[in-house]
Amino acid sequence: MARFLTRLTVLTLKKTPLFEIHKSHGARMVPFAGWEMPVQYSGVIDEHRAVRTKCGLFDVSHMGEIEVSGPGALDYVTSIMTNDIRRVVDGQCQYTLLCYEDGGVVDDCIVYRFSKERFLFCVNASNADKVFEWMLAQDSKGAQIENHSAQYAQIALQGPAAVDVLGEVFDINPDKIKHFHFYIGEIDIDGDTAEALVSRTGYTGEDGFEIYLAPQDAAPVWTSLMEMGKDYGIQPIGLGARDTLRLEMGYPLYGHELSEKITPIEAGLKKYVRPGRKFSGHSVLERQIRDGVEKTLVGIKMIGSGIPRAEYEVRFKGEKTGWITSGTSSPSLSYGIGMAMVEPHVGVPGTELEVIIRDRAVKAEVTTLPFYKK
Amino acid sequence: MEFPKDLKYTKEHEWVKVEGNVATVGITDYAQDSLGDVVYVELPTEGGSVTKSEPFGVVESVKAVSDLYAPLSGNVAEVNDAIVDSPEAINDDPYGDAWMIKIEIGSPDELADLLSADEYQKFIEEEK
Repeated sequence: MARFLTRLTVLTLKKTPLFEIHKSHGARMVPFAGWEMPVQYSGVIDEHRAVRTKCGLFDVSHMGEIEVSGPGALDYVTSIMTNDIRRVVDGQCQYTLLCYEDGGVVDDCIVYRFSKERFLFCVNASNADKVFEWMLAQDSKGAQIENHSAQYAQIALQGPAAVDVLGEVFDINPDKIKHFHFYIGEIDIDGDTAEALVSRTGYTGEDGFEIYLAPQDAAPVWTSLMEMGKDYGIQPIGLGARDTLRLEMGYPLYGHELSEKITPIEAGLKKYVRPGRKFSGHSVLERQIRDGVEKTLVGIKMIGSGIPRAEYEVRFKGEKTGWITSGTSSPSLSYGIGMAMVEPHVGVPGTELEVIIRDRAVKAEVTTLPFYKK
Repeated sequence: MEFPKDLKYTKEHEWVKVEGNVATVGITDYAQDSLGDVVYVELPTEGGSVTKSEPFGVVESVKAVSDLYAPLSGNVAEVNDAIVDSPEAINDDPYGDAWMIKIEIGSPDELADLLSADEYQKFIEEEK
């Protein structure tokens, strides 16, 4: 019975346009946020190192895309974001949180500003439908809100050589795309010209780009990037290394460091909250900035032997102070690292804590983020 | 993937090499491949005892934590401490350098429950 149910679930998983290519690369596929995604190809550590030293290609087509357009778009977008999209110009993008009135996080996302009347939100796959419903439920100020997730595939090209590989494939001078800026690039596919949105963004801590394109263009573009990237040591990278790469940088992952029960201030993301104006959640977040928080996110480095994992208990002088939100064995540093939600008084770097690993209290230390520094 | 004929196997993906009254235990090629890069191992101490089908240790890959189950009951005669320092040996040489513990067989009757290489291979085909 259990086996039958498993099969049934697998059948209903969505496949990205790169599914067959992943299989041909020898990927191990796993269910993730309703999609069948590659978790690893050559191995997590090997893939991780390829991104840190050369470059890697990620299929992130599962991400959701929501477009906001029309005369009310700027006012609407400003009213739902914790960050302030008015502070960037057309052709720039911005990281932001979307919050409920109580300050809990709906999702974290990147917002692309095409003009005052057109914005694109890139949201987490697991949250795409929830975010869209929530966006529709807010005062639209006359803007049109449309879920365009099915119209986009997405490929991330990350690593020190990403800039060289991109220049070989797209008609763009990649040096001209500054951090958190984007361009509409053109690429020749079998004599036809295809368009793609290319932004200098990523989730790895390395230089790199995220490429949004029509689903039918994903496979030829992936193939070109792999071919042109060969001399630069390009490799396909799965979700396993995507997670270790973001963890080494201390980047949050929704469902771990962020949730409906965790605010951006508690998650240490104050710099993405622009107070002094009205936006969903502003009063709670302003109060937390003023009065402090009851829990706070910190980086933790293991001193004793063991690997911290999500939901492990964290103690200070023998008393429970919080929990691990994400943890792993860092491929770059070769020791256990994690993020933890703890009481603010223990959040000072250098503070000694204990992580409870299989009923054993293992010594750890609060450390500054990111864990990995170039 | 290899499953040497001279070894016995369990449905928890351990291999067992029986020599006299001592059984050497490790995890199979299939197990190391499913785990991915192994980065941490926890083994029992020498002189302790293990019980058939009960956890005797832990292996962790970058992504996951898995228990190790004792294929047989008995006393722990020897522990391979070298793999605690270099757990990647479990991926590189699961049947050789990466043996985990040696058990002084306490209940020889339990040997009958172990699978042959063919039976184990059939089992993992069905499990896929």
